[in-house]
Amino acid sequence: MIEDGTIAANDPARASSARFPVPAPSPAERRTRRRSVARRRFVNKVVTVGAWTAGAIGIFFMGWIVLTVVRRGIGAINWAFFTELPPGPGDPGGGLANAIVGTIVITFGAALIGIPVGFFAAVYLAEFGRNGRIATAIRTITNVVLGVPSIVAGLFAFAILVRPLSHYSGFAGSVALAFIMLPVMTRTAEDILNLVPNDLRESALAIGAPRWKATMGVIVRSARGGLITGAILAVVRVSGETAPLLFTALSSPYWLEGLFGQSGYFGGPTANLTKTVYDYATSPYQNWQDLAWGGALVIIVTVLGMNILARLIFQRGKEWH
Amino acid sequence: MSTLEWDVPSPPEGRRGAARSAAPRRRVFKPGDRLFRWFTVACGAAVATAMFALAGVLIAGSWEAVSTLRLEPLTTVAWNPSGGEYGALTSLYGTFVTTLIAMAIAVPLALAIALLLVDLAHPKVSRVVGTAIEMLAAVPSIIFGMWGIFVIVPLMQTYVQPWIQQSPLGALPIFGGAPIGLGMLTAGIILALMILPYVTAVSRDVLKMVPTVVKEAGYGMGSTTFEVLRHVSLRYALSGIVGAVFLGLGRALGETMAVTFLIGGNVNTIPQSLFDPGTTIAATLANTFNEATDPLHVSALMELGLILFLITMVFQLIAQMWLKRARRMSGTRA
Amino acid sequence: MSKERTRDRVSAGRKVAFVVLVALVVLAMTLAACGDGGAPASGSGGAAKTDDTIVGAGASFPFPLYSKWGQEYNAESGVKLNYQSIGSGGGISAIEQNTVDFGASDAPLDAAELEAEGLVQFPMCVGGIVMVVNLDGVESGALKLDADTLASIYMGTITSWDDAAIKSLNPGLDLPATDITVAHRSDGSGTTWIFTNYLTAAAGDVWTAGADKEIDWPTGVGGKGNEGVAASVQQVKGSIGYVEYAYAKQNSMTWTQLQNADGTFVDPSLESFGQAAAEADWTGTPGFGVVLVDQPGPDTWPITGASFILMRKEQDDATRGKMTLDFFDWAYASGATSAEALDYVPIPDKVSELVRSDAWSQITADGAPVWKP
Repeated sequence: MIEDGTIAANDPARASSARFPVPAPSPAERRTRRRSVARRRFVNKVVTVGAWTAGAIGIFFMGWIVLTVVRRGIGAINWAFFTELPPGPGDPGGGLANAIVGTIVITFGAALIGIPVGFFAAVYLAEFGRNGRIATAIRTITNVVLGVPSIVAGLFAFAILVRPLSHYSGFAGSVALAFIMLPVMTRTAEDILNLVPNDLRESALAIGAPRWKATMGVIVRSARGGLITGAILAVVRVSGETAPLLFTALSSPYWLEGLFGQSGYFGGPTANLTKTVYDYATSPYQNWQDLAWGGALVIIVTVLGMNILARLIFQRGKEWH
Repeated sequence: MSTLEWDVPSPPEGRRGAARSAAPRRRVFKPGDRLFRWFTVACGAAVATAMFALAGVLIAGSWEAVSTLRLEPLTTVAWNPSGGEYGALTSLYGTFVTTLIAMAIAVPLALAIALLLVDLAHPKVSRVVGTAIEMLAAVPSIIFGMWGIFVIVPLMQTYVQPWIQQSPLGALPIFGGAPIGLGMLTAGIILALMILPYVTAVSRDVLKMVPTVVKEAGYGMGSTTFEVLRHVSLRYALSGIVGAVFLGLGRALGETMAVTFLIGGNVNTIPQSLFDPGTTIAATLANTFNEATDPLHVSALMELGLILFLITMVFQLIAQMWLKRARRMSGTRA
Repeated sequence: MSKERTRDRVSAGRKVAFVVLVALVVLAMTLAACGDGGAPASGSGGAAKTDDTIVGAGASFPFPLYSKWGQEYNAESGVKLNYQSIGSGGGISAIEQNTVDFGASDAPLDAAELEAEGLVQFPMCVGGIVMVVNLDGVESGALKLDADTLASIYMGTITSWDDAAIKSLNPGLDLPATDITVAHRSDGSGTTWIFTNYLTAAAGDVWTAGADKEIDWPTGVGGKGNEGVAASVQQVKGSIGYVEYAYAKQNSMTWTQLQNADGTFVDPSLESFGQAAAEADWTGTPGFGVVLVDQPGPDTWPITGASFILMRKEQDDATRGKMTLDFFDWAYASGATSAEALDYVPIPDKVSELVRSDAWSQITADGAPVWKP
């Protein structure tokens, strides 16, 4: 902050270029300027402190949540937790093994639908459609679907799968989750594909490669790290959802058995971790509440762990949001 | 222009099939390419189809309610299906109030954090703090709900709410009622934490897009960090920040699990105070969908889902519009 | 140039390999868990896909009992029971949409509805609904309430625990000046149906909000299922809620005494519930749909209710229908001990005989009755 104001006074090297000498400020002016400078500094200080406080608040709550889940859930984690079926209300022992398996299966099913379709849609948007009208329309629609509340996705799967077939099923849950996963994967993949420099595209085509080979063999391959990160993050995010499973997969106290029976993936309600945690946490039974915290711990470790892991390993991955 | 529309000179021996004359502007498509292109178009269309299918399903599902009830859901307060009342006003009111509370808390916080991440902190610190905030987005909603109800609600009930009621603010009717911990205020606070990472991330990206040259010119003239933000960055970033706000709004409106845990499930009266229990559209759906007995009830719930879908769609489109404007203003590809 | 490319290729390859490895480990753990943990539950370990799960949904009122029965029956027969507690309204809806093998409801359907939907209804157990409170210094059975006071609390006219009406019923008790937080059901519930029927019957001039599975509550916080109300009361000081007795007992909640039709203050117990059920006209009511609230008798518990099972008359699959009825047959015959251990009153034999002969004979598949006595 140049308090005295004049270049001529402060910088002899440029004094000659100071063709329009600015009169030196009077003492009164200097006082006012100092005061206003002080005020500006003060305001800046306040804002800076505020910003750091805000950051601290964010981290504080993040830490609080994670610590709470760890503290309350760690007691429930033991070998039985990962291998046994749920106990009755108030009975000791048991675990959430069937729920964990169910979530893995349901999420995997959703990924089978959502990841490839989302990926190839992104290929279209990034490689073929670009800024064309159809592509822009698809992009807008993708963003809209991205914002659809997860419970509405559940309503959708209920209306097309549960109601017509008259039974709940794990598959309906997968469809609801795929509905959520699809736009996430499309957006992420498109962003990553757009990062690939055009030179690479042009050189691939210049050597006469067919379009599909140029795209898949060269462009996708060079973006592989980010794409895998994106896929992992999309899958992991969806695995923590509860609302879409409320009226689709429901839940079950038993193992997933086969595909078509009443305990099957396509045939009947399928146990899953998030719904089970929801049911148990809102129950009045202490042993179930403990199991719910254990389940919450598993969920948060998986989701946060995979997030951090994916970023660390595939550092070129686009930040997810 | 698609990079395919080149003038490709024919190779001396006509390697790929019959020799071609070097006609200008002819697309060189191999049959596999056509198939590939159509396949990707189909996948792209699939996403669009999904949305139209959703809209179709919701409209079809709510048809009966819309034709029978007409405007009743928008004019009646109580949601009491077995009594024949299908008033969505409690759900709508709760949705908007909790969202409002969440935005009031989250937006200033998010802007402050974005400023911190972009201008104030050392890049390494910025990275760590930024990642921590983004991790908040990764925490599943149900965990927010559990943490909320087992940790925050007792705190609200024992300390915060009585403290507010004993302070001068307690005279206001919006802070009246019994301090039970559950309710609109608690739900709004947790909701704020949930949308914080989204608004922060987009704000940060937008602030990063401000050309450094301009900021440095401001610093060079002797401006403080805050003054550069206010007079320089915001001019570029304002539409983007508005977009971020709408994005956060959209998420807050549709949030289900955490709110269901914390809002108290009152579908019958408009809460007078922020401490009172209420409900949101998403919470009403989550709580009552599985037991809707008669077709009109199911249809009315579908109508609620449709309303929620339309509201979030509108906000999402507005957000996209503002974000596009921000990108255009800072010169990156729109 | 080529060295960097090779390096990139190698490191990318390593990353992919790592991911694949993690996925394999997860898969292996999953399969291991499937293998080890399946033993107690699946009686037919190793056999091909057996379709041996009965799916039921509905009232949370009998949920602890059906859970227990399900476990015992599974140990005996290998057949599994998957009962989802989603509220009586949900149970009725589910069976009407044929998404479950049976629905459970505490609010009985009347003959017209049963006829219209093609359903058969029969009672499975009788239980009591108790008022639970969360008040410092108040133990189970210490607080006394009567119908009018209870109705006023739920109407929102009495708002504090030190209100004169409550004090006059409890002269010996030191009641704090805490606000009363009323807890009720947020989902469509047979428990609500029984409770509101009681308030209408016993305090009809005070209680004006009606009697149904879901009503326009004048005040209070909603909880999902008996579980939700119990959890709500557990968490909020100064609250009062209505739950099925098994929930209160299992969670050591503080229940209150209530004044019955005869004017006596009674404790909830198997005996007092049984008294209410003793004089019921099971046979005369269509669909066995008896209402047991506010029954006369010196030791009768005033808020008692039966819980019903609903099944479709026309079964899609005779085997499934029979499997379901076999379970209920077992429950009638051998489930009494477990029921009483959880303070549910089992259905008397003469009534269950009637159920088998009159109700179950109506359940057919392809024209032929599914169950033979």
